[in-house]
Amino acid sequence: MAETETVAVGVVDGGPALGGFSKEKLVEFLRQMLLYRRFEEKAEEGYAIGKIGGFCHLHIGQEGAAAGCILPLRQDDYVISSYRSHTQALAKGLSPNAIMAELYGKASGTSGGVGGSMHMFGPDTGFMGGHGIVGGQAGLALGMAWAIHYRGGGQVCVCFLGDAAVNQGGFHESMNMAAIWGLPVIFVVENNAYGMGTKFTRMSETEMVQKAASHGVPATVVNAEDVLATYAHFDGLIELVRQGGGPQFVDVECYRFKGHSMSDPVSGTYRSKEEVEEWTENSDPIKYLRDRMFSADLLTGEELDAIDQEVRGIVDAAVEFAEVAPEPEVETLYKNVYSEINPHGRLFFDGRGQ
Amino acid sequence: MAQLTYRDALNQALVEEMERDESVFMLGEEVAEYDGAYKVSKGLLERFGDKRIKDTPISELGFAGLGVGAAMVGLRPIVEFMTFNFSILALDQVINSASKMLSMSGGQINIPLVLRGPSGAALQLGAQHSQACETWYLHAPGVKVVTPSTPADAKGLLKSAIRDNDPVAFMEGELLYNVKGEVPDDDDFIIPLGVADLKREGGDVSIITHGSMAHVALQAAKQLEKEGIEADVLDLRSLRPLDVDAILATVAKTNRAIYLEEGWPYLGVGAQIVSIIMEEAFDDLDAPVLRVTQADIPMPYNKKLEIWAKPGASRVVEACKRVLYV
Ligand SMILES: Cc1ncc(C[n+]2csc(CCOP(=O)(O)OP(=O)(O)O)c2C)c(N)n1
Ligand SMILES: [Mg+2]
Repeated sequence: MAETETVAVGVVDGGPALGGFSKEKLVEFLRQMLLYRRFEEKAEEGYAIGKIGGFCHLHIGQEGAAAGCILPLRQDDYVISSYRSHTQALAKGLSPNAIMAELYGKASGTSGGVGGSMHMFGPDTGFMGGHGIVGGQAGLALGMAWAIHYRGGGQVCVCFLGDAAVNQGGFHESMNMAAIWGLPVIFVVENNAYGMGTKFTRMSETEMVQKAASHGVPATVVNAEDVLATYAHFDGLIELVRQGGGPQFVDVECYRFKGHSMSDPVSGTYRSKEEVEEWTENSDPIKYLRDRMFSADLLTGEELDAIDQEVRGIVDAAVEFAEVAPEPEVETLYKNVYSEINPHGRLFFDGRGQ
Repeated sequence: MAQLTYRDALNQALVEEMERDESVFMLGEEVAEYDGAYKVSKGLLERFGDKRIKDTPISELGFAGLGVGAAMVGLRPIVEFMTFNFSILALDQVINSASKMLSMSGGQINIPLVLRGPSGAALQLGAQHSQACETWYLHAPGVKVVTPSTPADAKGLLKSAIRDNDPVAFMEGELLYNVKGEVPDDDDFIIPLGVADLKREGGDVSIITHGSMAHVALQAAKQLEKEGIEADVLDLRSLRPLDVDAILATVAKTNRAIYLEEGWPYLGVGAQIVSIIMEEAFDDLDAPVLRVTQADIPMPYNKKLEIWAKPGASRVVEACKRVLYV
């Protein structure tokens, strides 16, 4: 449960509001998070019937993080993440069709069906990828932030990491360099308290926010169950970083309702069924916003149903799109290993006629 | 003899060697409370306590360093990598520390260390999770590399690796953990490093291979048999030390060979084997030695493309026919 009630009823632009957000904005948050939820549910279904394979990591329960951290960004800002990134790709503006098609391994997917769940990319929308090596994206975020600084642009780079990734050396090296050079990067830990079956507190003597202290990077905590607080928090931070304020570190508290990946159990020796039920029941970011909008008379049951119908339609359409999309061709595999085929010399050595 | 899975055979080897020698301990991600990501260390925490079975943070470079350092002062660490893909983060400590320590120290400090975990592709895990990592380790003198393909080999070789006084990269097959086979019960059953195993006898052509590809080689041999072609299947089991005599013997017998491996072709294991055959058995050859490898590309996620990119039995059959000119 979000500990503090950050949401206050009020007025924005002459209309009723919650936490400083107009009804229109609130509906957009709700709509986005519902889209993420319905999308992940479809991915889960697709996995169960064997349409989606490999590793598939869902964000169910953590929707407030993608909505709260990414929606305040500009299109030309960068987002980079781990293998758990479907909803972040959606939030940054990749099309649900292309994301679903990627899960289905189709040519119309975000990576032409070659990347899969863990490797979604959308450079046109500033989504710089899902990356499979824990902590690997921290160094890449540093580089993108360096490029922004180098070109003198006012963009921001947001780097999502899991809570377990902060124990990688590369993460600390990146934080240090971001700090000494004042780079425009926000390291966002989606802190769902577990790295696979290992609780964060077993692997760290310090609190999450302290990870940034020795690097001189300002650190804050926000609870993603409350998307409004999360959005407001990031809106402010992003502006600060955009103005040249240097790197930031944010501990975004959340909880994963499902197993680590589709092939892992939801609960087990590392967390009890009761624990998961308790969180699912009482710390759902979608329910949280819905209930607050209900009690502030900013949402009716019919309105909610309509939003849900709309996003279900989008997700169903994505599945249909993915189903009929073409499979990628073998030729594309070789086309995408090197961007330049030099006029001299051999590049491939498998003798497969390429 | 007992019927055991590859997973249980590894587990037995760990138990027996930890019972035998108190200086043996294992650490890695999820090895203790979770019983290992692939359940290889099931029950070990209960049996040996949390000093000898240690869960680590996701800090591959750091805990590989721990392994090398502890080995420098007399312990016999086993470092489990959840998969060898992630060991690439730890390669610095393997290549720059472990492999060179004995030499740099003028023979004073040896590194009795085992680095183990699955290597190679499973199913649709994409480019960063589907890599055969043998070559990274083989390139550096000072590291030994072992790749068991059956439960018995897994047990016998792991016990040898743990008793060995040098760094050994012990690469398991992610898709082999459930494979069953006969395993001797004997506590002292070991298979020495550097001894290949002829997994099938046939006089027409030699399929030389290692690791999980031994199973693909056997499948291919079965298909060839239907067409009246008998293949030797030589499973090298250990790549360094390498059983060169066994390679030369099969080539002398069949005069035709192919090398099958899971990894990429460029400077792959097969490149070394072909070079040895060229240098030491040129006159035995009736055809150039061919290699069957993964396609020379990062592994694709798409199921059909992945199957295409992997070195399957039909490619092996085709290569065998080419060296037989049929
Ligand atoms: C370098 C590396 N080591 C291990 C793994 C295997 N692995 C994948 S996800 C994961 C847990 C990561 O947990 P966390 O950072 O908290 O992210 P979450 O999955 O909770 O989002 C592990 C150990 C990996 N992908 N990369
Ligand atoms: Mg986590």
